[in-house]
Amino acid sequence: MIKKRLNIRMSGLGGQGAVTAAHVMAMAANKDGKFSISNPFFGAEKRMAPAESYCRIGIERIYDRGELVFPDVIEVFHPQVITMGKSYTMPFYSGVKEGGVVIINSAQPLLSEEDLTRLKDLNVSLFYIAGTELAIEVAGTELSTNMSMIGSVAGITKCVSMEALDGALQERFGKKFVASGGTASLDEAIKKKFAKKEMLLAKNLATVKRAYEIASEWAEKNKVELRVGNPAVAA
Amino acid sequence: MAETKSHIGTQNKKGQTYTDPWEMMHEAPRNPSFYTGSEVIKEALRRASCDVMIAYPITPQSEAAALIGELFAEGYIGDYFRGESEFAVMSQCAGAAFGGARVFTTTAGPGTMRAMENFPMWAGARLPIQMIVTCRGINSPLSIQPDTIEISYLLNTGMLVWHAETAQDFFDWILKGFMVSEEPEVHLPLALCCDGFFVTHTKDVVNLTPADMCLPPYDPYRSPVPCMDMECPPVRMMRDPFIMKSNYISYATHASWQQEIWAAIERSRKHTIKWINGLVDTENTDAEVVIVASGTAVSQGREAIRLLEDEGVRCGLVKVKSLRPWPGEEIREATKNAKHIFVPEFNVTGWLAKEIKATIPNSDRVHAGPHVCGGMTMPPEIIVSEIKTALGLRSESLAGRGS
Repeated sequence: MIKKRLNIRMSGLGGQGAVTAAHVMAMAANKDGKFSISNPFFGAEKRMAPAESYCRIGIERIYDRGELVFPDVIEVFHPQVITMGKSYTMPFYSGVKEGGVVIINSAQPLLSEEDLTRLKDLNVSLFYIAGTELAIEVAGTELSTNMSMIGSVAGITKCVSMEALDGALQERFGKKFVASGGTASLDEAIKKKFAKKEMLLAKNLATVKRAYEIASEWAEKNKVELRVGNPAVAA
Repeated sequence: MAETKSHIGTQNKKGQTYTDPWEMMHEAPRNPSFYTGSEVIKEALRRASCDVMIAYPITPQSEAAALIGELFAEGYIGDYFRGESEFAVMSQCAGAAFGGARVFTTTAGPGTMRAMENFPMWAGARLPIQMIVTCRGINSPLSIQPDTIEISYLLNTGMLVWHAETAQDFFDWILKGFMVSEEPEVHLPLALCCDGFFVTHTKDVVNLTPADMCLPPYDPYRSPVPCMDMECPPVRMMRDPFIMKSNYISYATHASWQQEIWAAIERSRKHTIKWINGLVDTENTDAEVVIVASGTAVSQGREAIRLLEDEGVRCGLVKVKSLRPWPGEEIREATKNAKHIFVPEFNVTGWLAKEIKATIPNSDRVHAGPHVCGGMTMPPEIIVSEIKTALGLRSESLAGRGS
């Protein structure tokens, strides 16, 4: 399916970098010459509290803002989003569009038979990735989980290029970035995990790449195609 | 004595060139940047020759306030400090403005409400302070998400009130806002509002003016009232408030002063029209269905119009940019062909719809809604559904939250 706009909802927990992931995706799409907007949605800034972010990528100017009630792609950054209902929507896939994709960071399947039936009725594809394990393996820290999630959605939808993701990561982590106190302290935390800033960038990019490959392969094998483009031209 | 020497063409201590504001905003090259709204506030301030910024943390303006602190550290702001509370901040802003400074501050939601006493005081004292309001919920239960009800409280304070749709509006209007506010015949504070998060925390493309150009400094001698003069209105009124109703002259001065504030808002009309290119923007207002909105509701309206177009329903748009001065004439003109006027709002009371109803003939054309409140998002689909239902068209049921 080729769509004029791809709406991505990232449901995570505070501290996992869901907000950063959406910003990086939008920055990358912008670098690729597409239109994009990203914004977060959260309550009090605290670890493990529900935090969502949204990234919209398209081929025409995007006005829509705020919570993505009808997403094409849903990324679940943490099992607790599902198991403990740490989500702004119940169930977490509420509002997902027909033909959409659900990406879940978990080494084990988490959905009930009822969930699977409902997703199947909507022709929604389901992709599990052990994103945290991958982050620990490649980057050496679970703090890079969001990189696995970026790689997954990019690998399946090809909505942003690897070159652009590289550029966006450089921009986000290569210079001083002031956001809220919470974001600033998390930035400091991740920087401490790496000896040098170049190492942080290289390891994070490697995590994105690895997830991209895994997701790409899965999408090819399962014939999942969800792209941003001009449907008229594609037809 | 008013300064007779022009600053234009000279440089400030950061090496920025004081530039003719009209030239800077309309003719200087623009550089597209992918920024959050908070970063854009910082970039506008970098170019604003701001003397004093006073901060107090409250989501969603805290990022902007912190970023302006960075700007102060870089040497672009005359002075910057944190007040004890929003009430203190707004009082301190008044002090700085009385002292002849160009003053800027940011606040949101409960902070705006806490400081409310100061706003009519600012207006009465003719202090051209600029305050960014990044709207959020003000009620219990707590919400930090955008709910625009606080704007309705600002409408009768005597401040100028503008409502930005995007970060681009924000960048341009912060700089242009000083130009309107500081006109001697206006000289009023400006509440420059946006919907928090949807503008402040959203990354979007914004075209910035060159960083080496800045506004000329504020000239306090352009104030229409004497500085801190205890014998003249408005400060005289503060000196002896108890005799206001027993002393005829005092009473008459006070009453006429209030009228003068509203006359100054009226006089700001021509400057506002000149600087922000009209109090409203309009598109396809010959259509029978028209959306009138302000802030993010305009953006959601634009998306709804696209969806309606796909279904063969033509819909016009009126973007209300300035709420004070109120664009009554413009809205009457833009809605004269409309059979149905929809006013989507991010608040439960529908204050904008009420203002519009009080402005136009045959106000039963106004459908006040859809409304979302407490910081809920307004998907374009619900605007489409509201319009189609009102027009008697079949509307798909929406699978919303929890269904």
